[in-house]
Amino acid sequence: MEYLIHIAVLACIYGILGISLNLVMGETGLISVTHAAFYGLGAYAVAFLLVGFGINFFLATLAGMILASGVAFAIGVVFLRLKEVYYVLGTVGSNVILFSVLLNWNSVTRGPLGIGGIPRPEIFGFRFSENEAFLLLVLAAVAITYAISVLITRSSFGRVLNAIREDEDVVSVFGYSVYHYKLVIFTIGAAFAALAGAFLASYLTYISPFSFTVVESIFILSIVVLGGLGSGRGALIAAGILVITPEALRFVGFTPDIAAQMRQVLYGLILILLMLYRPQGLLGRFRI
Amino acid sequence: MKTLLSTRRLVKRFGGVHAVDHVDLSLEGGKITALIGPNGSGKTTLINVVTGMLAIDGGDIVIDSVRLQRIRPSDVASYGITRTFQNLRLIQQMSVLDNILLVLTERNIWGALFEQHTKFHLATAEEILKKVGLWEKRNENAESLSYGQRKLLEIARAVSMEARIYFFDEPFAGLFPEMVRIVSGIIRELRASGAAVVLVEHDMLLVRELADYCYVLDSGKVIAEGTPEHVLKQQNVVEAYLGK
Repeated sequence: MEYLIHIAVLACIYGILGISLNLVMGETGLISVTHAAFYGLGAYAVAFLLVGFGINFFLATLAGMILASGVAFAIGVVFLRLKEVYYVLGTVGSNVILFSVLLNWNSVTRGPLGIGGIPRPEIFGFRFSENEAFLLLVLAAVAITYAISVLITRSSFGRVLNAIREDEDVVSVFGYSVYHYKLVIFTIGAAFAALAGAFLASYLTYISPFSFTVVESIFILSIVVLGGLGSGRGALIAAGILVITPEALRFVGFTPDIAAQMRQVLYGLILILLMLYRPQGLLGRFRI
Repeated sequence: MKTLLSTRRLVKRFGGVHAVDHVDLSLEGGKITALIGPNGSGKTTLINVVTGMLAIDGGDIVIDSVRLQRIRPSDVASYGITRTFQNLRLIQQMSVLDNILLVLTERNIWGALFEQHTKFHLATAEEILKKVGLWEKRNENAESLSYGQRKLLEIARAVSMEARIYFFDEPFAGLFPEMVRIVSGIIRELRASGAAVVLVEHDMLLVRELADYCYVLDSGKVIAEGTPEHVLKQQNVVEAYLGK
């Protein structure tokens, strides 16, 4: 049972990442390979503030979301005016730079050693120490993230994002500042990635920079592709599938070492099969 | 009638080619102005420059007595300008209704975040979609419509902007006669409302029937202007279309 709860918590964390990247990539068409960096900023902000200053988890999470939004805003200001390929390369570079900062800023992040001893969240004297309680908390976070994403996508703002995804020049001609719309959704997406990072840090009680590499960004991207562009529900289901499926490898005779390597093969295979046979993903509203 | 937009010595170059070559144009409210000329004469390029989709290389655009040497696409709507496209550019994977609501709803980002659409927006969309016969198809994606229906939707989208200056780039191409009648009616209504309507069209019967004034372009230059009856008789216009 404990193992199943562990898998469910991880699926929820990746669900938040999937929903948030879906706003950026699925709804707006901005392929972002820097989501893991925002995820990492949220995780490190919480780890730093909880371990170093004993700040309440929820306040630290808010600080992490603001930090990630600020960094996303700065990255967006630089790269969102660029044409698609250059923008995508810019997001890759941003992830690499932020990873390097996490890896080398020893006085704050403790470098490759990472930060341990991160406490679980606490509210009104109740500490979410048990994994069952933590699962309920992260489920609430998933529900809030999903509800906000639905409100965004059903608003006039969401309609403009969908139009930008298809033809941003036309959207401009009708009086919308495409750049500012992109900047806002990129920033919102980063804030929710940081929320996921905050939960990861507090759940595992330990984080290191190696959880927030470009490979992790590609994994989050594959959640959105599998779930289908423009589908928050799809992202949730895909997060579940991509977290659970590699675990199944452990039960079919692979040793843990080989199973870990097989994950990458499996993710790659899923992406290839999707592109060949179902480019719109599981529940996608849009084609790539 | 008041001049709503004019161009002075407007230039657009692609490498060494002058696609728009020192063009002077004047668009008056309550008039339909036809832009005609053979393929490649610069009509669509001229519209793209005036609507900010291409940068100006020389000359300027005057809107309400304000001279502009740079016009950004996102500012075009605020100047009261809208357009359709020669190659249809609808939001294909969006419903017919949403294609219209897109241009009716809030432009401000924070306003748009907290707005879906109002009853007023819906009523306006219903009115315009009924006018072009697409209300029954409001929930279908634009890409599922026939070519003619998509053309009507694009015209409906432009009309929904309630602009002062409309650029229609070959709005009748590929339409059935009934659809031509609908579009002609819409264009006449816009003229009656005091808007300036620019019509790029190859069908000279429609130009004669609708246009009040006509500019003929060839190789980016205005080679003739005047009433359709006047310009269509000119030898250089005939030669531009048929060759010497």
